[in-house]
Amino acid sequence: MLEPDPNYFSSFVCSGEIFELKAELNSDKKEKKKEAVKKVIASMTVGKDVSALFPDVVNCMQTDNLELKKLVYLYLMNYAKSQPDMAIMAVNTFVKDCEDPNPLIRALAVRTMGCIRVDKITEYLCEPLRKCLKDEDPYVRKTAAVCVAKLHDINAQLVEDQGFLDTLKDLISDSNPMVVANAVAALSEIAESHPNSNLMDLNPQTINKLLTALNECTEWGQIFILDCLANYTPRDDRESQSICERVTPRLSHANSAVVLSAVKVLMKFMEMLPKDLDYYGTLLKKLAPPLVTLLSAEPELQYVALRNINLIVQRRPEILKHEMKVFFVKYNDPIYVKLEKLDIMIRLASQANIAQVLAELKEYATEVDVDFVRKAVRAIGRCAIKVEQSAERCVSTLLDLIQTKVNYVVQEAIVVIKDIFRKYPNKYESVIATLCENLDSLDEPEARAAMIWIVGEYAERIDNADELLESFLEGFHDESTQVQLQLLTAIVKLFLKKPTETQELVQQVLSLATQDSDNPDLRDRGYIYWRLLSTDPVAAKEVVLAEKPLISEETDLIEPTLLEELICHIGTLASVYHKPPSAFVEGSRGVQHKRLPGSTGLGESLESPDTGSAAGGSDAPPAVIPSQGDLLGDLLNLDLTPPATTGPPPPPTSGMQLGAMDLLGGGLDSLMGAGFGAAPAASPASFSAPVSGGLDDLFDLGGGVGMPMGAYNPPKTVWLPAMKGKGLEISGTFARRAGIIQMEMTLINKAMSVMTDFAIQFNRNSFGIAPAGPLQVLTPLSPNQTIEVALPLNTVGPVMKMDPLNNLQGGSF
Amino acid sequence: SRQGGLSVLPKDTAAEFSVRSRDRTYVVLAGQVLICRNYKGDVDMAEIDHFMPLLMQHEEEGLVSPVISHGSVHFLWIKHSNLYLVATTNKNSNASLVYSFLYKIVEVFTEYFKELEEESIQDNFVVVYELLDELMDFGFPQTTDSKILQEYITQEGAKLEVAKSKVPTTVTNAVSWRSEGIKYKKNEVFIDVIESINVLVNANGSVMSSDIVGSIKLKTMLSGMPELRLGLNDRVLFALTGRDKGKTVVMEDVKFHQCVRLSRFESDRTISFIPPDGESELMSYRINTHVKPLIWIESVIEKFSHSRVEIMVKAKGQFKKQSVANNVEVRVPVPSDADSPKFKTSTGNAKYVPEKNLVVWTIKSFPGGKEFLMRAHFGLPSVENDEAEGKPPITVKFEIPYFTVSGIQVRYMKIIEKSGYQALPWVRYITQSGDYQLRTNV
Repeated sequence: MLEPDPNYFSSFVCSGEIFELKAELNSDKKEKKKEAVKKVIASMTVGKDVSALFPDVVNCMQTDNLELKKLVYLYLMNYAKSQPDMAIMAVNTFVKDCEDPNPLIRALAVRTMGCIRVDKITEYLCEPLRKCLKDEDPYVRKTAAVCVAKLHDINAQLVEDQGFLDTLKDLISDSNPMVVANAVAALSEIAESHPNSNLMDLNPQTINKLLTALNECTEWGQIFILDCLANYTPRDDRESQSICERVTPRLSHANSAVVLSAVKVLMKFMEMLPKDLDYYGTLLKKLAPPLVTLLSAEPELQYVALRNINLIVQRRPEILKHEMKVFFVKYNDPIYVKLEKLDIMIRLASQANIAQVLAELKEYATEVDVDFVRKAVRAIGRCAIKVEQSAERCVSTLLDLIQTKVNYVVQEAIVVIKDIFRKYPNKYESVIATLCENLDSLDEPEARAAMIWIVGEYAERIDNADELLESFLEGFHDESTQVQLQLLTAIVKLFLKKPTETQELVQQVLSLATQDSDNPDLRDRGYIYWRLLSTDPVAAKEVVLAEKPLISEETDLIEPTLLEELICHIGTLASVYHKPPSAFVEGSRGVQHKRLPGSTGLGESLESPDTGSAAGGSDAPPAVIPSQGDLLGDLLNLDLTPPATTGPPPPPTSGMQLGAMDLLGGGLDSLMGAGFGAAPAASPASFSAPVSGGLDDLFDLGGGVGMPMGAYNPPKTVWLPAMKGKGLEISGTFARRAGIIQMEMTLINKAMSVMTDFAIQFNRNSFGIAPAGPLQVLTPLSPNQTIEVALPLNTVGPVMKMDPLNNLQGGSF
Repeated sequence: SRQGGLSVLPKDTAAEFSVRSRDRTYVVLAGQVLICRNYKGDVDMAEIDHFMPLLMQHEEEGLVSPVISHGSVHFLWIKHSNLYLVATTNKNSNASLVYSFLYKIVEVFTEYFKELEEESIQDNFVVVYELLDELMDFGFPQTTDSKILQEYITQEGAKLEVAKSKVPTTVTNAVSWRSEGIKYKKNEVFIDVIESINVLVNANGSVMSSDIVGSIKLKTMLSGMPELRLGLNDRVLFALTGRDKGKTVVMEDVKFHQCVRLSRFESDRTISFIPPDGESELMSYRINTHVKPLIWIESVIEKFSHSRVEIMVKAKGQFKKQSVANNVEVRVPVPSDADSPKFKTSTGNAKYVPEKNLVVWTIKSFPGGKEFLMRAHFGLPSVENDEAEGKPPITVKFEIPYFTVSGIQVRYMKIIEKSGYQALPWVRYITQSGDYQLRTNV
């Protein structure tokens, strides 16, 4: 055991002390000097400013006592920047130390040097660094390799001018594995901050060297090498296989991080292997056991593993399809592990294991942790939607849970039952009575809205539907928007189903929505209904009571392009957040998004039935239902898909105080084209309001909605000729795909240089059209390259009358 | 003040722990930074001040996560006793590397200071700084083997000049875990084969999941640079070599110490290595076979609201009669507001541990095939605690020596050293409870 230092931390006061220390630092006695430096470092550690002692401490630097030297260096690293002029004093010692016969001192000097971020000093350090990079001792070389990365961070130009990068590249062939590993790490680091430098130009020879070093270096070195390998794109499937073969042994390493980095390389290179290759199957089988074993690691590592497994099962569900049990939640798992396990359980749920999964979920739903319980209840609903054969069992499980009367369980259950109704219409309506009993206990907007949706949807089977809905109407203005919108729609549905008894109710809700509300969405929807009802009740029925599209089986899948990118980032923060690095790392916007090799983009041939169905090519973007939070909003709005197409608000004077008939007034004409086009089953004939040409053009798309998919979309026209766009030519058109307005563009790079960093901005326009998401141009556009992009739009942007209506100006990007 | 901390450790100190991140290690105690190392210098020092408040906030909301972010800075943290070890980064760092490294720091510090706690850090801050420098450089983990580190990072000032003047070649060698020139009078290896049984049993008595996690630990007392080969009754190996006699074991997944030649194992299932000196875990494995729970528990827990709880637990040893389970502990949860405990056991002792809301029934020696009973009775207050309580499972702890559930066997341990000495391997087997949970109905 070590002798503890006397407690330096407690004995400190402030003022005269500096003076005292000064004297001690200048003492002739070695021991006293050392003790004094220790005291200085101790004060530094607890956050006191001891920079005034700089010259005195630096004076102690010339010593053959290694411990003292280390302390002085530590001090230097902390204060050099604030005292650059004095830091120069240290240069000589560094230079001298880099020539010391003791490799520990040489390495210490080169390590510290790189940490002194003072411009004036750096140039003095080049010669010593150059020597150290060629030092006979590997300890010094491995330290010097890292120093190149440090220096590059301070002064990239200097490093390049001095040829250090080439020396660093040479070190990849060093005889010592640790030197190779650090050289790889340093080069990767530099390459990352200079994405176009082509620094890590990986070729089969280098790859071979790396794979050899992989067997010999430390666990950390193995990670650097594996992470570097992951950036390589093999030339063909044979090379891909041979690399995989040499990487798989790493799956048996005790360090979880080595395993995950190996998984990353394998998941990526696997893309290039033909699926009918025996080796492909072998590799798939080899991946499961190590992934499962990661779940016995420390909880934080389990968490990282689970977040990654979540990605892996989306990309290759077959790997873990038989491993459901290992994701069962243990009582003592930390909550973050529990929630992740639950997510994966749902992803792995299939007809084969659903009974077990449901039993587990029911168990979890009786736990006490509210977030966990809620998620478990939702999971039951998701199982019902995913595995049709289990739906009935899921519904009865949910009913049992409703009987517990635990408030949040009941509310969560009602929300998911609504989804089940959407998936299996006319099948489980017998449970409505039970649901209605719990009406009063619902205090969360989402649950209230779900219940109202159910009442409206099945109004004809609920005797007192009018009373139920009326009871919500009393506090209409205190409700959240989603409840208000839902209530409005539900009452209109009720009216259409039982017109005689509910006339008053519908009048009431329409006037609440249109006259007493400040919410434009609500007002718009109110007006649309009002006008529909008063013009053509038959059409209204067709619109409002239209058959709704079924909801998709798989919920919250990650969008395929993003998933591909995240697979390339396995083990990193991006894989933990499920966000691309550009979303959370500053200054990485220009950095190239990583892609899987051999993939052709969206909807790449995935043999998984789950993901495969969602990726049907660019004509039908994946019918991915947004994450749970948005699920309801999305579903409820289907009555008038999409809400965004409600168009410009009515002119201020016309609708407000007028009766239903007046709503037909000309001021609202524009509303027709926009709003009605959206209704799924609308018969276009009834809405052929006279609209000006420009509008027609645009909303042809909308009008086409009632028609089968693949309705006429105008061909692309050139919006921005290359002449005006600095070499970028943009042609485009608008289309409506799966109910969403899209701007589809072809970008052609007619310039001589690579274009990156595309973004789009919409000017204010008559329709309030705005991008619904950022422009996704993932790869840089090389000269003469053409790329197709689809930008989903919504109509909630700022509105400004434009003339002509459809003059969209292509700006320079 | 901590603001002072900013100026004391400004941007240019060195260090962080992830390949491409700019992190620092902080050891934080109750919100006060105890020691910190800035490996790269592009995360503002003051950022760490956001860590504790954010953590508290997340804890309050019940949304604790091992990653917390504040603006563009991400905190990756672990907790060890009363310390938080926090890595900060503003890059897309390799998160698994960061956590592995943080746990490695704990391991190294613990081996240096016996306990990693506030005091040991304060008392040894010089060594702590030296270690932090040696463990990581500019965010890249370096030498993290504490045995090797102890050869050149010591705190014995007097011997310093001699002992520390050389870098052990081990540091950068391909064999980075064992030094040359080790000498023992008597050359021996002790091999412990330890199997932990994980079981999850549903309230209705069906086994939801079970597996065996095995670990082979070595205590090596061998001179020189010995080459070792370990032979197990591994089914894959037997199939490869065409041998088919005797019982074999299918290992689902195997994990090896750094020292084992992984590519060799991958190609012909040979476990060959130069062992670290002293104690180490050579390998671990997982076996997925359905294990019969070695100690089977049946329980009836009846809760009569406002009055009492009655517990009846039956424990049965489902292993060979010749074997004995030692130090068996059956831990049965009770409501937090229970009082006035009464127990009756057919063997062993039952004890109420109110701070954990448990009855712990201890049986020192539990022979195979036997069955024992425990009854407990608790009063419940008339005014009940209306806070919802979870449903903690019954857990069981035990150890059964001289026996492995899987039937794994060390067939041989070959030891070859160029000096040609004879060395003796000693093998010991033990089976113990791992995560052993039985859910209850209450």
